Amino acid sequence: MSNATLPAGARDPGYPTERENYLTNSSGILSWMFTLDHKRIGLMYLIGVMSAFAVGGLLALAIRLHLLDPNGWMFSGAEANNIYNQVFTLHGAIMVFLFIIPSIPAALGNFLVPVMLGAKDVGFPRLNLSSFYLWVFGALFFVTALFSSGLDTGWTFYTPYSTTTDTSVILATLGAFILGFSSIFTGLNFIVTINTMRPPGMTWFKMPLFLWATYATSIIQVLATPVLGITLLLLIAERTMHIGIFDPEFNGDPVTYQHFFWFYSHPAVYIMILPAFGIISELISVHSHKHIFGYRFIAYSSIAIALLGFLVWGHHMFTAGMSSLTTIVFSALTFTVSVPSAIKVFNWLATMYKGSISLTTPMCYAISFIFLFTIGGLTGLFLGTLATDLHLHDTYFVVAHFHYVMVGGTLIAFLGGVFHWWPKMVGKLYNETHGRIAALLVFLGFNGTFLPQFVLGSRGMPRRYATYDPEFAFLHQLSTFGALLLGVGLLYAFVVLMVSLVKGRRAPANPWGGVTLEWQCTSPPPYYNFERPPVVGDPYDFHNLEWDAENERYVTTEPERKLVPESTPEEVPVHAGGQK
Amino acid sequence: MATIDSVTTSTDAHADDSHGHDHDHPSWLAHHFDTPEQQFDSGKLGIWLFLVTEILFFSGMFCAYAIFRMLRPEVFEGCSQFLNTKLGAINTGVLLFSSLTMAWAVRCSQTEEHKKLVALIATTLSCAMVFLGVKSIEYSHKWGMGLLPPGSYFYSAANEHPTAQQLVEIHGFSESMAYFLTNSLYFICAPFALVAVAVLVWLIVAKVSGNAFQYACAKPLLVVALSFFGGVGLGMILESGGEHHEGEHVAAAGDHSDAEHGEHSGDDHGDSGHSHSIASDHSEASADEDGATMVESPLGDDYAAVKLLAENETNTGLKDLVAAERTQQSIATGKVLTDPAASDVGISTVESEVNTPRQAGVFFGIYYCMTGVHAIHILAGIGVLVWLLIRAVRQDFNRQYFGPVDYVGLYWHLVDLIWIYLFPLLYLIR
Repeated sequence: MSNATLPAGARDPGYPTERENYLTNSSGILSWMFTLDHKRIGLMYLIGVMSAFAVGGLLALAIRLHLLDPNGWMFSGAEANNIYNQVFTLHGAIMVFLFIIPSIPAALGNFLVPVMLGAKDVGFPRLNLSSFYLWVFGALFFVTALFSSGLDTGWTFYTPYSTTTDTSVILATLGAFILGFSSIFTGLNFIVTINTMRPPGMTWFKMPLFLWATYATSIIQVLATPVLGITLLLLIAERTMHIGIFDPEFNGDPVTYQHFFWFYSHPAVYIMILPAFGIISELISVHSHKHIFGYRFIAYSSIAIALLGFLVWGHHMFTAGMSSLTTIVFSALTFTVSVPSAIKVFNWLATMYKGSISLTTPMCYAISFIFLFTIGGLTGLFLGTLATDLHLHDTYFVVAHFHYVMVGGTLIAFLGGVFHWWPKMVGKLYNETHGRIAALLVFLGFNGTFLPQFVLGSRGMPRRYATYDPEFAFLHQLSTFGALLLGVGLLYAFVVLMVSLVKGRRAPANPWGGVTLEWQCTSPPPYYNFERPPVVGDPYDFHNLEWDAENERYVTTEPERKLVPESTPEEVPVHAGGQK
Repeated sequence: MATIDSVTTSTDAHADDSHGHDHDHPSWLAHHFDTPEQQFDSGKLGIWLFLVTEILFFSGMFCAYAIFRMLRPEVFEGCSQFLNTKLGAINTGVLLFSSLTMAWAVRCSQTEEHKKLVALIATTLSCAMVFLGVKSIEYSHKWGMGLLPPGSYFYSAANEHPTAQQLVEIHGFSESMAYFLTNSLYFICAPFALVAVAVLVWLIVAKVSGNAFQYACAKPLLVVALSFFGGVGLGMILESGGEHHEGEHVAAAGDHSDAEHGEHSGDDHGDSGHSHSIASDHSEASADEDGATMVESPLGDDYAAVKLLAENETNTGLKDLVAAERTQQSIATGKVLTDPAASDVGISTVESEVNTPRQAGVFFGIYYCMTGVHAIHILAGIGVLVWLLIRAVRQDFNRQYFGPVDYVGLYWHLVDLIWIYLFPLLYLIR
């Protein structure tokens, strides 16, 4: 073997046997459908959210293609505008409820949380499986809504339109209601798992930052999602029984709906972005091969964002007719959220500084994340400021800001995470070169799509319009071509992953040189994860890793321990009786 | 071993007697947990988190209540008079008692008193059923009177209990809907009756086939299923008593409604109360005061006695009291049902549009949402309690493994607690 170049104490878990491998230890469709293994559930979630993303992405392309021409290009006929309304609504609803919210926590989180904790499973495996099936049912409701009479309220279901339109609002809100429970159960499961199932030695501040981020996300999921649940339930009741809470026709108050909705949906954007922060913290540190800078600050800022995120929902409603005092308070509170976000960005940059950066595919995504999220975050300040928001409200500036945070942030981090943990999940290595090209295409396509939209918005192009003035045509076309490029890039990335399943090399246990516990078990992990609780150290201390060039993997080394030094030192200190 | 130690010391120090069983991994200990304490703590934290989500789930409705009470206090004041405080109070008592039996059941599961555990869970379940029975009387009574959310509100003081035909002709309901509204009690009772019959059949089959375990399960469950009808009976008795003062306005509205009143079939249990009140109060109530007199007096049930005493010419003090009462009532309740111009409850101006009966239904919209979601939680509680009952009959629980009883207990207390808030907010605050 090639271990001649390595220190004697090199440790590597090797490869799992067929019987151990969680993918192959039992077979048949039923063994997947009724599995309680968090890794299989995570993988099923991954397939699910990726399909949802594909549907939502195709709808997005349809939107962009329609906007290629000022009078609408894609859809034609008398119903063109109605179709457009349905397409953008379903794009939003599918992307938010079916993709972004479950993407990182449910798909990657399910796979990673117990492994990172060195635990055998999440706290409640059956609840975990049921939350996956709730997701499936929720998705079915959305699909049914799509094929019945569509949905044209926008993903926010604002009253009074949602109580009067004859599209299938009830199906879609029921779907979102069910998805909410899926999200609650996932969050609840993770909080319990992280609280009670940490291995010996893993104190709160020895947890990987991904777990901190997941924990913060779970707090929001548990605290905010029930409010969405009751809001949607009341909306359904309003539509069916006219209970007079939201519908002005029956003396209800539509702004109350907006308050209820955003009380969930603002924290929900932190459900979407916080786990992305967690992924980036892992990626930056591992691929810079350097201890994370400001561990405690990153950990605390996740919690701070989770808590502050509950106080700022009013900034979605500056033009809804709240009192000026309320708007000022919400505006001021909004700025407080930018502090912990900035803390994270600076800490990531400080981690990369003087690090030994490997420009791997995941790292490419991580670096694009920092760039895009910073733009997204900073443009948020303009929207949080009252005076500028009155101008920018409901324009493409909002669209661009939101997509810079959600696509440039969450989606890019999700892709980075998938590429980072892909070898661990499926046990195959993908082609690095093609992976990087895909990342570059995604980055270029994304900026091509959404950078022009900032300009469009500041020039007054309102969002959600099916047609527009010809003066906006150039920027809209630019955006459409960017979207096509983005689509190609994402497809490319998908193909890279799929090809790796067939032609990829077998992945070693630790291809990147990570120190968190998931790299200490085989790739893919055995169904029991760890036979005995693993040894826990600093999750970002890379000193004991050694690159094994022969097998292209990292191995854990132990510094050689000697009781007595073999050689006599040249100098003996004076207090030890030595003389110079 | 290190795991066990750290878990035991860091999280749970009281259950050290179970320490010796760590390595056995007994059947009730899930494979991914190292120790019973870890499993128990995980479950406990999980159920508390779940309760937090439940509270937040209800918080939306409490918020809506607060907002609309602030926006339309007069609607809330007027409409809450329609709720029967006696039924609410009985239900509160029933739920509080069920919480006691539930807490006791948790204790019994810890001390391994299996028979007592089954009995206590069955008692808790019976209380839940009684609660639902009383609730179904409340609901069906209001539905028949048209005290519904604004979309379908059709209450009119002149004709409190419209017939199905009137509902179709005047209020534009479909035939089937009108039939449902006038006979809603039967519709609510039907599924419970089916369940009771099914349990009875199960009991007989289990007895005949000699399956002792199923027989032991079915026996308490039959009691549980039947106690729903106990609740319905209790509700009927109390509702007819409660209609005593409501009867006043029926009389006030005129004798013409009395004829129709006899026809409605769903809940004519209050007839004796009506006829009595017609006799005593008709002379005093004037036709245009009907909205005012329907309100329950702050003096409560003593009011009738006070009025009886006030009929004596010499009793001037009580005469004045009754007169003041009437004036106060006509002012306090005018917003919903009388001419808004004449009323003043401290709010300087009231828009007259608010006072259409349809708008007054906002209160009932919130009332049905809050109590309805609460009732759904009771139903869910019944579901998990039945599961517990069966496991308790199987003697699944022991001093080391009583988590499920504990968790369900916590859930049940929360459901109880929410009712403790709903009762004053909806029934008592006026």
